[in-house]
Amino acid sequence: MTLKRAFWVVGILGIFPFLWAIYVRLFTHPDASNLGSVVPWGLHVAQYIYFVGLSAGSFLLSSLVYVFGMKRFEPIGRLAVFTAIVTLLLALLTIGLDIGHLERFWHVFAYVNPTSPMAWMIWLYTLYLALLIVEFWFLMRRDLIVAAGMPGVRGMVSRVLSLGRRDISDDRIRRDMRIVRITATIGVPLAVLFHGGVGALFGVLASRPYWHSGMFPVIFLVSALASGGALLVVASAIFQEGWKAHRGMILDLGKIVLGLLVLDFLLQFSEILVGVYGSEPGFTQSFDLVVRGPYWWVFWILQMGIGFAVPLILLASPTRRDPRAVILACAAIVIGFIGVRLNIVLPGLSPEEIRGITEAVTDPRISSTYFPSTWEWVLSFGIGAVGLVIFGLGEIFLPLSHHLPRTTEQS
Amino acid sequence: MGLELPVISRRDVLRQAALGAAAAPILAQQAVNAATEPERKHHWGMVIDTQRCVGCEACVIACKIENQTPPGVYYTIVTKEPLPGSLTDRPVFMTKPCFHCEEPPCVPVCPVNATYKRKSDGIVVVDYDRCIGCRYCVAACPYGARYFDFGDEYELSPAAGATVSPEYKQYRERVPGNSPVGNVRKCTFCLHLQDENGEYDREAGRWPACAKTCPGHAIHFGDLDDPESEVAILLRERNAVRLKEELGTEPSVYYLL
Repeated sequence: MTLKRAFWVVGILGIFPFLWAIYVRLFTHPDASNLGSVVPWGLHVAQYIYFVGLSAGSFLLSSLVYVFGMKRFEPIGRLAVFTAIVTLLLALLTIGLDIGHLERFWHVFAYVNPTSPMAWMIWLYTLYLALLIVEFWFLMRRDLIVAAGMPGVRGMVSRVLSLGRRDISDDRIRRDMRIVRITATIGVPLAVLFHGGVGALFGVLASRPYWHSGMFPVIFLVSALASGGALLVVASAIFQEGWKAHRGMILDLGKIVLGLLVLDFLLQFSEILVGVYGSEPGFTQSFDLVVRGPYWWVFWILQMGIGFAVPLILLASPTRRDPRAVILACAAIVIGFIGVRLNIVLPGLSPEEIRGITEAVTDPRISSTYFPSTWEWVLSFGIGAVGLVIFGLGEIFLPLSHHLPRTTEQS
Repeated sequence: MGLELPVISRRDVLRQAALGAAAAPILAQQAVNAATEPERKHHWGMVIDTQRCVGCEACVIACKIENQTPPGVYYTIVTKEPLPGSLTDRPVFMTKPCFHCEEPPCVPVCPVNATYKRKSDGIVVVDYDRCIGCRYCVAACPYGARYFDFGDEYELSPAAGATVSPEYKQYRERVPGNSPVGNVRKCTFCLHLQDENGEYDREAGRWPACAKTCPGHAIHFGDLDDPESEVAILLRERNAVRLKEELGTEPSVYYLL
């Protein structure tokens, strides 16, 4: 259980910097970031699309169980839905602190602009979040009622969450599962649309040649599935009964993740090949920054090394039959895909829109270079820590694994 | 040959009714817009003569003073780059305000309709009270004409206290947390200098600050739709280019080479 302990220590220690970062954002400098008007999106936007991808990916994988009836993956079904909810909430937290006027978020619903991919993304994931919560509740309903009879905080939490329901008859459970299947089925196109929408948000911009490609929405989906699947493997190794209990399932998931990883590589390769041959300056400038700019190591070490080569070797060689190697490979993907996300946002923005604009004035906000400020780093890690704590609390208080035995039922 | 009458099934009727119900609010909105929005009266634009620009940047300063923009926010800048392929390092000076495109890529992407192109005169504006500060429009502008107000202050700010900008005739005090801090800002062709009828007056000094100041008379401003205006004449008589024509944005700012 050392993994779990390490998890908690990191999570709880990370809460303090998070609170500091919130304090700074709300009460001192209104914007302590190192962003500017040439690179208006940075670390937090990369983190946002990272989390949103994890959410869409883990939800779509949960649909293997609840839509396509693949019983083999049932043990991670609830964990997958829970992961999808938590990572989406983390994404919203990240982007909420990034925008200038969070208090006006409702404008997106009040002042409708159907031509904005960003607006579509927000409408769709609002619906998606609501659907996820309904699905998750019906998934757990029976066990929440059972756990409501437990003593202590767990019983109390379960009593509140069960919303006073008592019925745990087989009929009722069958009905619950039907609702789960319906919500999950509606969720699949919704998740595809909203995460494809995140890709479209970048892809539609003709002003940024590095993003402007029809491949973008598709690449976003595939990389979401790869990273989401990898996160599920890691989560199921740490939580529930640990990796030993899920041996077979982890190995199976490893195969799926390998396939998605290779597909993602193929799509990215195709995108880069076409862009480099087209040799449009806007594209090649961005690509140059990726492979030999100041952040060359994000591409070569984080994205290609940790995020691709290491997992590829571990998942394709005979080590693929060792669950520990699969877990390691998936952990590497989860970390390496941070690099993938950074390498979408930053290089796309960095090149000057018009030659000479960054030299025209001497101002740190008008610059092609960007390195996140201390505040940005602290908030990023803090939000990661908040995620760990929510995960941990969910593991303690929610019935995320198998059905609870009826013996714990109140007499 | 038998006469075949078109058969309208109940399903067809229902489908058409549903379509009608969906389209009704959109059509109604369009009707309201058509009735309330003023007709296009002007097409304000600029013709900038790079032969006359000496790179003094008086326009940058005049704009900063007129609009009271904070550090990091510039409604116009002057680039100083040699032409590609030129054998000398002699720069071409180019002052670059917002181009107020006829097809502005920044407008359709806004998730809250906070930025729009004014029907009456084609000026692209930002509604500070609606903008959520997501900066999508900054990314969407191919000309780097949009700037985010990060809330930075001048180190040596005037002792008088908070700065007030006349932008949009709103005279907002710039206070942390309040708009325009946390909003995207941009050149407005100094529309606060227009009178109630939306007219500028050059003689009275109600003219965009950069054009009014330019010592070399490089910045010409006026109505591109008026064939007698200075800008229209220049476009007829000289060779003008617009930047990144291939994007289909149709900028309202031209450069004379």
